[in-house]
Amino acid sequence: MCQECGCGTGGGDVKIGGHPHDDTAHHHPHGGHDHHDHGHRHSPGTKTLDLNLSLMEKNDRLAERNRGFFRAKKLLVLNIVSSPGSGKTTFIRETAAKLAGDLRVGVIVGDLATDNDAARLRVAGIPVVQITTGTVCHLDADMVARAAEQLDLDKLDVLVIENVGNLVCPADYDLGEDLRVVLLSTTEGEDKPLKYPPMFHSAQVAIITKSDLAVAAGFDREQALANLSRVSHHAEIFELSSKTGKGMQAWLDYLVNLHAHGGVQPVHHH
Amino acid sequence: MHEVSIMEEAVRLAVDAVKSSGADRVTSLRLRVGALSGVVPDALRFAFDVVCRGTVAEGASLEIEPVAAVSWCSACRSEFAGEDYFNECPRCHKVSGELQRGREIEIATVEMN
Repeated sequence: MCQECGCGTGGGDVKIGGHPHDDTAHHHPHGGHDHHDHGHRHSPGTKTLDLNLSLMEKNDRLAERNRGFFRAKKLLVLNIVSSPGSGKTTFIRETAAKLAGDLRVGVIVGDLATDNDAARLRVAGIPVVQITTGTVCHLDADMVARAAEQLDLDKLDVLVIENVGNLVCPADYDLGEDLRVVLLSTTEGEDKPLKYPPMFHSAQVAIITKSDLAVAAGFDREQALANLSRVSHHAEIFELSSKTGKGMQAWLDYLVNLHAHGGVQPVHHH
Repeated sequence: MHEVSIMEEAVRLAVDAVKSSGADRVTSLRLRVGALSGVVPDALRFAFDVVCRGTVAEGASLEIEPVAAVSWCSACRSEFAGEDYFNECPRCHKVSGELQRGREIEIATVEMN
């Protein structure tokens, strides 16, 4: 069970853009496969059915639908993941502000209970939809699809999804993004990639944030890069400070270039 | 909570299977959970009772089949047992990140009557 995100301590239902999510109103018929009956009888009246289905299949299918939809809209979609407090919101705000003029950025923010992150982005003039997940410690593809309906996607070039601050659960949930971006702040230690390999392994981009605090925090940069290259050997690595802006330009150029070339090849997390 | 969402999906698939087979109740459910899936079996068991309540799966038993992690060594062209995402091949000592098994989160079988 996830220990990082306060699972079970919160309460309430998933809310999108301030409205409670009514499950019955969004029923998605389940028709992706047949229940083949290879049953064999054990005792009279009892039979066993082999299903052999991934429990992530429904989410994966919805994520693929999102991906197709976002591609058709020519959106570059980022799924930003990290532990709590590694600077996701500031990073997103600075990315959006510095891309203004080149690319228009909209944000979907997932948070367990508060609207604080969304409010911080909104005051910066960025289009934002908030998903309050209640006790759910990750975003899933269905939540993202419904939140995206509340943004004017035709007026956006980049959709940034700020996932719930948690390095465990979101790793299993494909949202339909082009890029999974994992943040590692200099204040949280070099060994995070080794402690949470599924998340770091699944990311296409790893960003070392709060580089302005590296010296004060005693951050071992060489060790961090070695750990990242071990777990995320395929990932693009950026080192930057959202606060001072140092290192941001390389990241912004990367996004502009990626958007111009129609995103990246589909990613498969499973 | 991650395990609750996963269990909800398992019970939903089991209940669907019972309905489409014309049976009345789920009596047992078997899941396959990989050692590196990030899912904790105890948390699944805890979620199971809660999620089944009020469904045709209420009172059913839950079996969790663990799946050990197995890596592939491209140099030796063979599989070997590991404990992590990255494991050293016991033959050539090359580190492999190619995981063959161990990330499963699956529903295997449903027993019903």
